[in-house]
Amino acid sequence: MALNRKIAYIDLTTGEIKVKPIPVEIRNKFIGGRGLDAYLLYNHTRQGVDPLGPDNVLLISGGLLTATCASATTRTHVMAKSALTGMLGSTNMGGFFAPELAWAGFHHLVIRGKAEKPVYLFIHNGEIEIRSAKNIWGKSVTETQWAIREELHDPEVKSLVIGPAGENLVRWANVMTGIKNSGGRSGMGCIMGSKNLKAVAVRGTMDVTIAHPVEALEYNKRFIDQITSSKVNQTMGTIGTPFIWGATNSWGGVRTRNFQFNQCEYSDDLEPERIDEIALETVGENHMAACFACQVHCRGKHRLPSGPYKGRYSEGPEYTSQGAFGAEPDCKHADTVLTCNYLVNEYGMDTLETGSMISWAMELFELGILTKEQTGGIDLRFGNDEALIEMITRICYRKDWLADTLADGGIPAAEKIGKNAFDYMVQVKGMHNLHSDERGTPALALNIATASRGSDHLRSRPAIDLYHLPEPVLRKIYSSPVPYDGPLSSEQTDYEGKPWQVFWHENCYMAVDMLGICKYHTMFLGATHPNFEDWSRVVQLNTGLDFSPTHIWEAAVRANMIERLFNLREGMTRYDLKKGEMLNHRYFDEPLRRGAPGVVGRKIDKKKFIKMVDEFYAYKGLDENGVPKPETLKKLGLENEPSHLL
Amino acid sequence: MHNNKVLKTDYNKCTGCRLCELVCAVKHDHVSNPARSRIRVIKWEAEGIYVPMSCQQCEDAPCAIGCPAKALSRNMEMARVEVDYNKCIGCRACVSVCPFGAMHFVAADRKVIKCDLCDGDPQCVRFCDTKAVNLVDAGDVSLQKGREAAKRLRSAETKSSSLVA
Repeated sequence: MALNRKIAYIDLTTGEIKVKPIPVEIRNKFIGGRGLDAYLLYNHTRQGVDPLGPDNVLLISGGLLTATCASATTRTHVMAKSALTGMLGSTNMGGFFAPELAWAGFHHLVIRGKAEKPVYLFIHNGEIEIRSAKNIWGKSVTETQWAIREELHDPEVKSLVIGPAGENLVRWANVMTGIKNSGGRSGMGCIMGSKNLKAVAVRGTMDVTIAHPVEALEYNKRFIDQITSSKVNQTMGTIGTPFIWGATNSWGGVRTRNFQFNQCEYSDDLEPERIDEIALETVGENHMAACFACQVHCRGKHRLPSGPYKGRYSEGPEYTSQGAFGAEPDCKHADTVLTCNYLVNEYGMDTLETGSMISWAMELFELGILTKEQTGGIDLRFGNDEALIEMITRICYRKDWLADTLADGGIPAAEKIGKNAFDYMVQVKGMHNLHSDERGTPALALNIATASRGSDHLRSRPAIDLYHLPEPVLRKIYSSPVPYDGPLSSEQTDYEGKPWQVFWHENCYMAVDMLGICKYHTMFLGATHPNFEDWSRVVQLNTGLDFSPTHIWEAAVRANMIERLFNLREGMTRYDLKKGEMLNHRYFDEPLRRGAPGVVGRKIDKKKFIKMVDEFYAYKGLDENGVPKPETLKKLGLENEPSHLL
Repeated sequence: MHNNKVLKTDYNKCTGCRLCELVCAVKHDHVSNPARSRIRVIKWEAEGIYVPMSCQQCEDAPCAIGCPAKALSRNMEMARVEVDYNKCIGCRACVSVCPFGAMHFVAADRKVIKCDLCDGDPQCVRFCDTKAVNLVDAGDVSLQKGREAAKRLRSAETKSSSLVA
């Protein structure tokens, strides 16, 4: 059963491998996946550990429900100290890797040390083998996976790999599986590269027993019907996440030309309908693919319509790529977005950070902060599609001064470039923001400022705040599983009630990250989606564990707190622009210039923003510096961390 | 009256999610393990092509013909070919002769398994969101294909007539 899935400790320096069971007391406290990884990271690293050194640990895991009879429990989580931010690194991806890991007998891998020469791991039904990666080092993301299958003579092997960007220690390199399933944020591929670890290949045929199989099957059907009956998931299953683009861009929530505008004008070629048209023309009517056991099938398939890679099969693009390669650099061509999407996926680098870094450099170039000499002769202006595409390859291989500088990540690059380059960078804790513009939406601004892995939309974003849901609906959602009777507002430009929403979503997303469920099955995008009550039932039917909705909530609060303890240990201070929970001055100083009438002219009110953070801290039991009070730690059972139980 | 239903796969619609494999194993063996599934999605990931493969319940079934123990036979009422485990000797001859790779051998149990159409309510069909796997009347298997071919003909004619105009 899920509960007998094990944890393996692998030392790449010595080659030593140890396997242990995961005690149920640990499950009770941290459940699994990201929650348990956070515990392991805090316990297995020392303060100030060199993220690129052998003492950093790389954690790879599936959630508690991975490979059980629960819908879309397919997510793989990867954690380590990030070399991009110097703080918590954490990333989460779909595909087929984590279930295969569970069928091979494992839920958690703790990898430390550094291999002398490039290696990969092969995990097969309880056995772990360290193999030479001599023949696959240097290969792209997909080539690596196919080469491993050939070497192992098994087309069913699933691999989590890095591409050349990870090998070259590009600080925001991805871990990837399949064509485009990416653990994109915070550069976990760079950590793999620093350990000379090219891939983790798995193949499993071991049973995961289901505690109540008949009921679990029926409940899964109900769960699935609940999700597929929602319009938002039907749309996502037809054209993928690009559907978000249309509404968000017309309303004025898409940052353009780095952060100069909040809407990409004259961008019909980036509309979801256009992307869908390309898929239709190059693949055919049925062009959606899915992750393991998921009925949402939100991943588009296409072949590249033009350019040097014309005809190559590729997947995506996600909404993120439309923004990162369309709006931010103001390159308004679907073909450009698709070419960039293909390149970052084959090189194994984060689409979001790549597009944002280049767009930031474009603004610096136009301002004269970067010279043409420094760009290696590239005319790095906004709207220069060729320059954008060329920069991706240059960064991946660190080809010249600028590419090498950018590959080290935003903050070191800003320091190296000098002048006031840093002021133009739209980041928190050293990681760039999604192409979303939060100046008109205080809840979303609070979310990116306080996200544990740096500026990010997938840690606590109350995206449904944009739906103008009626107050009774909000009340129903946000007063469960723990009571809440404070203010709530249907108005997205308000500051009232938003801290509770961000706190609620932070725990909601941590809950599914611990269980291994995809966020598209939560209230991230759908206001009628499954919730703590449903997860409690799913856990009970599949594992037999009696986790009440409030038990899951409390475990999520605890796991979020241990992530914060890690960041605090690594030097997080509230108002530090590089390591804290503060926004770039542009959020407070530069008003929105485009979009809907209710949006134009808005910016974040600094005083109200600080008050929101205060309130958010109060809900979490933190003092005004964002440090947990002793009684909070005691209440969460974290007063003795690190406790070294596992 | 004979049961007349057959399983029909429309692989173009398959999203490759393998939910069919999961629910098949849970339904039959009460565990999650695709190695126990009677239906398997064969993939060419580099091209984005996924094909669900399952027993066709052949009329003149090679597995039944090839079985030296006569353990495989047609059940007319259930419209399927089934294994009599009292007779099966576990020789895997059926695995060798099946033209679809739809007879499987479960290494853990040392026994062969095949699709039994879940006694008339196939879970793969029930759970497939895109209807890539269907249960249809045997006489209707070609209906949809014919309609799609006709649609292509029609659109070709529309295009050519617009060229003339």
